[in-house]
Amino acid sequence: MLSILAWRNIWRNRNRSLITMASIAGAVMLSVVTTSLQKGVFDNLIRNLVSLYTGYVQVHGIGYWDEQTLDNSFEINDSIRDAVSRTPGVTGVAARLEAFALASAGEKTRGCLVVGIEPSGEDRLTRLQSKLEQGKFIADSSSEALVAEGLAAKLRLGVGDTLVLLSQGYYGSTAAGQYRIAGLLHFGSPDLNDRVCYLPLHVAQYWLDAPQRATALAISLDDPRDLRQTQAALRAGLPATLEVMSWEEMMPEIVQHIKTDTVGMYIFIAVLYLLISFGIFSTLLMMLSERRREFGMLVALGMRKGKIALMVLLESVWLALVGSLAGLLLSWPVVWYLTRYPIRVGGEFAKIYERFGFEAVFPATLYAPIFIEQTLVVLAVGLILAFYPAVQIMRLNPVAAMRQ
Amino acid sequence: MSTDMENQTVIDAHNLSKVYNPDTIPVNAVNGVHLHLERGEFTALVGPSGSGKTTLLNMIGGLDQPTTGKVIINGTDITALPPNALIDFRLHNIGFVFQAFNLIPVLTARENIEFIMLLQKIPAEERSRRVAELLLAVGLPNKADARPAQLSGGQQQRVAVARALASKPQFILADEPTANLDSHSASTLLDIMEKLNTDEHMTFLFSTHDQRVIDRARRVITLVDGSIASDTAPAGLRHS
Repeated sequence: MLSILAWRNIWRNRNRSLITMASIAGAVMLSVVTTSLQKGVFDNLIRNLVSLYTGYVQVHGIGYWDEQTLDNSFEINDSIRDAVSRTPGVTGVAARLEAFALASAGEKTRGCLVVGIEPSGEDRLTRLQSKLEQGKFIADSSSEALVAEGLAAKLRLGVGDTLVLLSQGYYGSTAAGQYRIAGLLHFGSPDLNDRVCYLPLHVAQYWLDAPQRATALAISLDDPRDLRQTQAALRAGLPATLEVMSWEEMMPEIVQHIKTDTVGMYIFIAVLYLLISFGIFSTLLMMLSERRREFGMLVALGMRKGKIALMVLLESVWLALVGSLAGLLLSWPVVWYLTRYPIRVGGEFAKIYERFGFEAVFPATLYAPIFIEQTLVVLAVGLILAFYPAVQIMRLNPVAAMRQ
Repeated sequence: MSTDMENQTVIDAHNLSKVYNPDTIPVNAVNGVHLHLERGEFTALVGPSGSGKTTLLNMIGGLDQPTTGKVIINGTDITALPPNALIDFRLHNIGFVFQAFNLIPVLTARENIEFIMLLQKIPAEERSRRVAELLLAVGLPNKADARPAQLSGGQQQRVAVARALASKPQFILADEPTANLDSHSASTLLDIMEKLNTDEHMTFLFSTHDQRVIDRARRVITLVDGSIASDTAPAGLRHS
């Protein structure tokens, strides 16, 4: 009964309630769209940087991450592979042997990152083959190279040309080799696109004189939300001479960027909700002032003040609920559209992003908890704001109120 | 006083006084009033504006606390009840009819009457039956689904009477019930209340200026400056 009464009460002043609901709907829509966009951009960023290259978890020899040299590589054997593969949540493993090298072609020379990979395993992990722009992907037994097209362009190389790589091998040996380019890869991240070159693992091991060695085991997960548990399980199952690092530990600057941006978003949303709070509060105050006499009459008739306060609280909740549901209904198609057709920016803004290694693409994400959270936040705002009228009702003197 | 007589007593007010602004400029709104009402009375409380009628009615109805004295309703000293118990007591024992009708505008006539019974947690079937009876008693069986704005003043006041009766109270306090009504509506309302008084022995205490009400009352108490100036009650009911 109270709920029905509260519902009817909010329609006493239809225009005022509609304006209040519209302001709530607008705020919810804005916060849902911006939050979905932010999460979409972060997810995209993580997918780009994590799935594309580092994997969600990596296994290294102790000390490798702090000093990334071949001297800190580790010998990879079947027992290590089995231990990783058997860990719950792990869906893919790929061994890598990484080294910085000079890439040369004719009179052109560029610094690059050479990554020795198991092509089939790497493709399962990072879908590397999908980045192929020209030529063909390499087989595990191949002796050819894959080169990022930015690097190839700088060296003026194409498919079928020969790339010369010079580096320092394991324990100070000299590493030199020339490899035919099987294909060119395109990466969204300009940093990768201008610097990466792939060789089959056995070729890289031979080139660097590091047989059976790897610098990292990159691992993909069934569900990235299980990152912590999987990391702990891997630590427990591997020798103490190996370190297990999550992408968050490997790229703390990304985590920091996400945290900073999230705080900024929270402040924006807080200001937004503060503004609509004034709207809801003024509606509640006007309602309290207009109906003081009626509240006095209800107390006189035998309705406890607590029930009247509850009724007002329900009115506030109805206002917030209808407004936020309208906001959700309005925001859903916008978020859906931005998921399907992400915002792509160009010009200087894009260059700034590219300089940091990010794609200047802003997709949204249809993530149900965002919609639920915003509804709950607005309901909480409604409840908190109804507290003041509720207190006033609890202090109501029915005789004075009816005299109004 | 015999046991039978005690059982008949509905309102017993002892030495009621109400002083407003006691710390600044004291105003004696009600001054040492003794009042005794028995079941089935049809009493009008009259007096000039500012004579303390409404204040006295508010104290009897438990809406206002007296400065001194006490109000005993059907054996319960309501001046000693804690706030929530007093509200519950009003819900179950006192019916109110106000000058301005004071129906809940978003509820229909049926719902306004049913509302009180909902607060009393009366089962739906009984509520429904009683609403129908009350609407019939006040002559509005065909206005059950009308909202207050769709009813005339007289009809609204009849719904208010039905609402006051819904809780099966000990008595009904009516503050200027006919003040906002035309003579025909006032007459109809008084007919209904008189019939309820005669047929069901419902006790009515009116605060009024309206001669039409005074003419129908079987007892008239006149208040002047917060004190009872005259009381036409049988001698046994009067307090000195």
